[in-house]
Amino acid sequence: MNDIDRAIINGLQGGFPVCERPYLAAAEKLGLSEEELIERLQCLLDNGTLSRFGPMYHAERLGGALSLVAMEIPAADFDRVAEQVNAFQEVAHNYARDHALNMWFVLATEKPERKDQILAEIERVTGYPAYDMPKLAEYFVGLRLEV
Amino acid sequence: MSARPLGPWFTDPRDPALFEALQGGLPLVPRPYAAIGEQAGYTEAEVIERLREWRRTGLIKRLGVIVRHRRLGYRANAMVVWDVPDDSVSQAASLICQYPFVTLCYRRPRRGSEWPYNLFCMIHGHDRQRVESQIRQLIEGCEMTAWPTATLFSTRCFKQRGARYVPAPGAVSLKSIEPV
Repeated sequence: MNDIDRAIINGLQGGFPVCERPYLAAAEKLGLSEEELIERLQCLLDNGTLSRFGPMYHAERLGGALSLVAMEIPAADFDRVAEQVNAFQEVAHNYARDHALNMWFVLATEKPERKDQILAEIERVTGYPAYDMPKLAEYFVGLRLEV
Repeated sequence: MSARPLGPWFTDPRDPALFEALQGGLPLVPRPYAAIGEQAGYTEAEVIERLREWRRTGLIKRLGVIVRHRRLGYRANAMVVWDVPDDSVSQAASLICQYPFVTLCYRRPRRGSEWPYNLFCMIHGHDRQRVESQIRQLIEGCEMTAWPTATLFSTRCFKQRGARYVPAPGAVSLKSIEPV
């Protein structure tokens, strides 16, 4: 990754302009031409550094439910349960972590009431309790990933 | 008539189409909002107005690059948690958030003896040793040494994205939703 790519990633994690020529406005701040910025973004998407260039929506404000769920799964059962959990289309960002509660994933449902149904379904299919930990407050973090 | 209720965000029948068109990302052309507008039946000026409104009201949390942090070498991903007295959580969180290596910070419910922790933060770093020293720095700097804490490094990632949030039509891919 070169300095230009680094500047783009650090400078455009939020606040992309909403105006007629947004790439031009953003490029000027980064000391690039409009064409150069568009070309670099295309490259970063093509090589998989970026998953997307666009909006990050706020899930709860869409009227759905978003939660973090933890489970304690014995090592011998882990792969089976991971497969069962990941098969739910509402599950994303599933990570194994080094703790007694060793499986952590995000659950997102279109309707808030659906969340409890899915949790119950996950518990029934896997045979293990699922601990629901929805966020109660979110605190402002100024800086994001810096490369 | 739209099959889905418009809700507080979608005040125009064309809004769901605009929302949908934006999901895959902004077109990489000099006038992306004009291009998006064509897909949704909006003029460029209307798209700009709608996006400003959605950003102002928070439907759009941020607009810009969405990075694959593993691709950037951020392989040490730590969830650091504390059991902080309820009346001190906000204050502790505001101290934690001042550290540039903290990427997310939330208050969540405790879950009995299995899980006594109520304050969560995420640190994404290049290597585990460095992240561990950042955590020590955080705990000492925020005077949080008295509170029970745990660090949970991720050991495997099964599903970084790809789930669907809303069934089609009007499907919202989870890739456009912030990880918690």
